[in-house]
Amino acid sequence: MSHDLQEIDTDVLGVDLPRQDRFYRQLYLIRRFEQKLLELFTNNMLAGTTHTSQGQEANAVAIMEALKLDRDMVWSNHRCHGHFLSYCGQSYRLFAEILGRRTGACGGRGGSQHLHWRNFYSSGIQGGFAAAAVGAALAEKDKGAISCIFMGDGTMGEGSVYEALNFASLLSAPVLFVVEDNGIAQTTPKELGVAGSITDRARAFGIDCHHLASTDADEIFATVSPIVDQIRTTGRPAWLHLETVRLGPHSKGDDTRDEAFVAELQKRDPLTVYRDRVGDPGALETWCDDHIAQVLDLALKDDVACAS
Amino acid sequence: MRVVEELRDSLFGIMQRDPSTIVLGEDLLDPYGGAFKVTQGLSDAYPNNVITTPISEAGLVGVGLGMALRGRTVLAEIMFGDFLTLTTDQLVNHAAKVKWMFNDAVDASLVVRTPMGGGRGYGPTHSQSIEKHFCGVPGLTVMAVNQFQSPGDLLKEAAELGSPVLFIENKIMYSKLVEPDRLVSYDRPDAVILTYGGVTEFCVQAAERLLDDEELTVEVVPVQHLSPLPADLIRTAAAKSDRVFTVEEGTVSWGFGAAVAEEILSAGITPHHFQSIAADPTAIPSARNWELEILPSVDKIERAVVASF
Repeated sequence: MSHDLQEIDTDVLGVDLPRQDRFYRQLYLIRRFEQKLLELFTNNMLAGTTHTSQGQEANAVAIMEALKLDRDMVWSNHRCHGHFLSYCGQSYRLFAEILGRRTGACGGRGGSQHLHWRNFYSSGIQGGFAAAAVGAALAEKDKGAISCIFMGDGTMGEGSVYEALNFASLLSAPVLFVVEDNGIAQTTPKELGVAGSITDRARAFGIDCHHLASTDADEIFATVSPIVDQIRTTGRPAWLHLETVRLGPHSKGDDTRDEAFVAELQKRDPLTVYRDRVGDPGALETWCDDHIAQVLDLALKDDVACAS
Repeated sequence: MRVVEELRDSLFGIMQRDPSTIVLGEDLLDPYGGAFKVTQGLSDAYPNNVITTPISEAGLVGVGLGMALRGRTVLAEIMFGDFLTLTTDQLVNHAAKVKWMFNDAVDASLVVRTPMGGGRGYGPTHSQSIEKHFCGVPGLTVMAVNQFQSPGDLLKEAAELGSPVLFIENKIMYSKLVEPDRLVSYDRPDAVILTYGGVTEFCVQAAERLLDDEELTVEVVPVQHLSPLPADLIRTAAAKSDRVFTVEEGTVSWGFGAAVAEEILSAGITPHHFQSIAADPTAIPSARNWELEILPSVDKIERAVVASF
C-alpha cells in the first residue's frame, strides 16, 4: 500500500481546531458515521455485521487525544469504528472497508471488525490481541511508544487478558489496558458475567488501577492523560476501568434491554453532555454531515472487492 | 552431530545474523536451557534476547506475535507439543491471519517450535503428535524435522520465511545423529514410504531390514513441509512405485496419509496398493509396552510392506 494511503487525516480529526471543537467534531463524526451504517443495513445496502459504539464515543476521542499517534499502537476489538476514526480520521477508507470495496482500509478483507491502519489493529476475538499488545509495546519501548488496548466488560471472561496482564507486569511493558464497561456483553448483563471488581482486577498483578464513570470527553481526557504520561515515563503498564453506556444494540436490532432503562441512559449521551461546551455546534455538525455524505457517496461508487 | 546440537547451532546462527531476534518460552534460562536443551547456552550468550516466560502458552505466542508484528524475528518454544492446543487461538485466528486480513500490509516472522511424539512413557498429555490439527490453515506454514535431512537448515529456513511457522520437532529424535546418508533412492523401488518427523527413523530402519531380509527395495521419502504440502515431491515419489505407504505417528483419520492420498489421486496417480500406517485411535497410554503397541513401529511397517506382496 502506498504511503499516501497510510496517512492520518488531520483535517477530519480537526487537528487545527481548538480542543473542545475538535472533541465535539469527532464525537459527532463517529455518531453520524455509525448511524449511517445502521441505515445502510436497514436499506439492505450493507452485508455482514457491525457493532456500533453509540454512547462510548467519548472514550475513543479522549484517549486518542492523550496518545502520541505518530508512534503509539492501538489494539481494538469488535466495537472498533470509533477508535479507528479518532485514531486516523479515515472515514472514507472505513466506509469502503465495511461496504466491501477494494479501496477499503484492508481492501475489503477485514470488514467491520478487522482493521489495520498504521499502528492500529483490531480483532473480532475477545482479548485476542491482549498479549500482542504487550509484545508490541516491548518491541517499541526504546522508541518511547506505548500500546493501548481496548476491551469491554465482556472481555473480562477471557483468560487471555490475565495472561497478558501477567506478562505486562513481569516484563514491564508500557501498555494502557482500557476496559470500556458498558454494563452488558451482547445480551448478558455484567452481573451475570463478571464476578468481583473490574477496577481491581489488575492490582493483584502489581499494575496501577484507575476507575472513572463518565461519558464526558473532557473528564476522560483529564483522567487518561496523566496515566499515559506515567506509562511512558515509568515503562510500566496501567489499567483503566471506564464505566460508560451502550445506547444502541450490541449489533443490529438485538437490544434486549428495557426501553425505559435505555431512555435513562440517554441522559448520559456523550454528545448531549458536550454540545453546550462549543461555540457553534451546528457548524461542526454540518461539516460532519457533509463530509459523511461525500465520502459515503465516493465509497459506494468504488469497485467491490473480489478474488480476481 | 546430534539433532539437538544442529538445532542449537542454528538458533545461535539466527541470533548472530539478526541480533534483534527474540527467543521466548518456558524454562529457557541457563543453566537449565529448556526442557530438551535446544536453547542451552543461548541466554548466557544473549541475555537481552532470551525471555523465560510464565506457564502461559497462549500468552507467550501472543507476546511473540506482537513483537513480530513490529518487525522482530521471534522464535517461541512450546515445551511439549501437546500444549499447542492452548495456543490455537493465537496461531489460527491471529498469527495465521494478520497478513491476509490486513491486506498484506503487515507480516509476522514468528516461529513456534515444539517437540511432538511418544516413546518415553509420558502418557496421554505429553506424548501426542497433534500437528495435523494445525495443517491446512491458510497463512500458517507447518514444518517437521527428521534426522536424515538437516534440522538446522530447516530451522534457518523457518526463521527467514518472514511469516508464521509451526516447527515440529520430536522428543526422542533430539539425541539422534543426523545421518543424511541413510536415505536411499531407487529408480523403480518395490515400495515407496512417504513419512515425516520422528517415525521417519522407523521407516528407514524398516527399509534397511526389508532390503537385507527380503531383498525388497523401499524408498523412504521424508516430507519436511507438512502445510502446505509439496505436491511435486509427493507426486514424483508416489509415481515411482505401485506400492505407496504413508507413516505418521498421530492417528490416521484426517491425517498425513489422507492428505498425501489427495495429492496423489488428484494428479491421476493410482498405485496398486496404498496404505496409511498410524497410531491406533486412542489416547496414548503411559504404560510403556502398551504405548509401543499403539504407536507405529519398525515391525508394523515391515509387516505391512511384506503383506502387500
